[in-house]
Amino acid sequence: MTDAWQPPGGDQASLRAFLHGLPGVDEVGARGRAAALATRSIKTESKRWAIDMAIAMVDLTTLEGMDTPGKVRALCAKALRPDPSDPTTPSVAAVCVYPDLVGIARASVGQDLHVAAVATAFPSGRSSLDIKLQDTADAVAAGADEIDMVIDRGAFLAGDYATVYEEITAVKSACGDAHLKVILETGELHTLDNVRRASWLAMLAGADFIKTSTGKVTPAATPPVTLVMLEAVRDFERATERRIGVKAAGGIRTSKEAIAYLVLVSETVGDAWLTPDLFRFGASSLLNDLLLQRQRMITGHYSGPDYVTID
Amino acid sequence: MSERLTVRKTHKLFIGGAFPRSESGRTYEVHDATGSFLANMSQASRKDARNAVLAARKAVDGWSAATAYNRGQVLYRIAEIMDGRRDQFATEVAAAEGCSDAEANRQVDLAIDRWVWYAGWADKIAQVLGSANPVAGPFFDFSVPEPTGVVAAVAPQESSLLGLVSVVAPIIVSGNAVLVVPSHDRPIPAISLAEVLATSDVPDGVVNILTGDATEMMPWLAAHADVNALDLTGMEPGEGATTTEREAAGTIKRVMRPAPDIDWSADPGIARIRFFVETKTVWHPMGT
Repeated sequence: MTDAWQPPGGDQASLRAFLHGLPGVDEVGARGRAAALATRSIKTESKRWAIDMAIAMVDLTTLEGMDTPGKVRALCAKALRPDPSDPTTPSVAAVCVYPDLVGIARASVGQDLHVAAVATAFPSGRSSLDIKLQDTADAVAAGADEIDMVIDRGAFLAGDYATVYEEITAVKSACGDAHLKVILETGELHTLDNVRRASWLAMLAGADFIKTSTGKVTPAATPPVTLVMLEAVRDFERATERRIGVKAAGGIRTSKEAIAYLVLVSETVGDAWLTPDLFRFGASSLLNDLLLQRQRMITGHYSGPDYVTID
Repeated sequence: MSERLTVRKTHKLFIGGAFPRSESGRTYEVHDATGSFLANMSQASRKDARNAVLAARKAVDGWSAATAYNRGQVLYRIAEIMDGRRDQFATEVAAAEGCSDAEANRQVDLAIDRWVWYAGWADKIAQVLGSANPVAGPFFDFSVPEPTGVVAAVAPQESSLLGLVSVVAPIIVSGNAVLVVPSHDRPIPAISLAEVLATSDVPDGVVNILTGDATEMMPWLAAHADVNALDLTGMEPGEGATTTEREAAGTIKRVMRPAPDIDWSADPGIARIRFFVETKTVWHPMGT
């Protein structure tokens, strides 16, 4: 559909016609495929590569009401050098914090890492557009070069696609040069059809990344949901030749799960996406498990939680 | 009427309160003292052992934080439930060890009594092993025993039930979690004990039972950085045992390697409890 494909207009009627014209998702098939790919065995050299790649893809995240400047600095130190006992360990991709802590994070990591901020009244997104734009502008001014915004799920579920579209385009322009990740909060979208529609809507509106979840809602990232989003990204690239990234956030805690996601990426959109520029993990405890597995691969014996930092 | 077919069991492992098969899918046959088939056992692999360490680590915080009184009650409850299954244990011990019914009954009684004996120790360890220390300074100085953490143990090869209980009970009474490899050739009483533990009040993961070959698993557990101590009571001398002790040195674990031929029916004393605790000494400033 490359030549003939024209994106829909940004008005409600065109968006609705386009999004509801997307083929439905075979939910059983998606679950089956995600489960089948998760059983693939990744060992030795491939596992080492996958673990290092997964570490480099982590957006090390702290999004708690109790975050302190000290905690953010500690997080940044860990992001730069996840395993101080082994300098060959790669840095993570970014640190992800609330907007008011962006300045501290940026001062701690310098220009060595991306700083992502969750803006637009994260995590609920329930606030006026003006406030959301101001929130975004503040974060960018403080030094964030990636903005994680949440969509208005209420508007989306009510079928008010134009509102969601306009909000994303407005936030995108408020971002300036900063990358925009659009959080779909798939746990609140209920169906995989909705996930597919929301993915397309976000990409049409100018998202650089589409992200599964805030991490505040259960279920967060799941393999079937990520599969559907990756398929949307693949189809979008075929149509527009633009590569959109995907971020799986929340609920991924073990290296095994992370590696299963990498298999999913490779099999769905191809190895071109196996880079921190196009695939990310939003996680905090995942990093420790990746480090333990990495130590296990290198030393030949099992490591333990006493040998990584407590977050 | 046709003769009833006997149910031929394939026993499973006991990890984190669940009864999984070995991740490796391996089993081995167990025979009684006369050589006739008893049952198939799961043969645990190093990955099962790793999973058991995770389960034990998860359990150890809660178990060690439980009050000593509560731990004593839980151990006593094990004795109560074992007592209700006395006949099953006696039959299994007799088959495994090839002894008379009277001797098997004696072994089971001793095993049950051993739980009760160690249950009584739960809230007395701190008094016996701890102390208030006279120091030259304005400090109230005291020492308390604290559990070591996760312990990997090899139970005796000969004494299938009493030996096993005598190894496990002193480890868990102070708040440690244990993964134990029971007797390789006589593992059935151990799996019955697992069924007892699963239905008593022992939190999941405090005791994990891995049937199989200790010489295969123990070197991995000895090198495992998240295992805090080893009890090699039932480890046969040889290369496996030597490798295990050498690997344990990498993370300076406590390793118990008692002389063989222990008389399990004798009074055990508290040496085993003492071995798996660490002493914490607190210097508390004292106003005058």
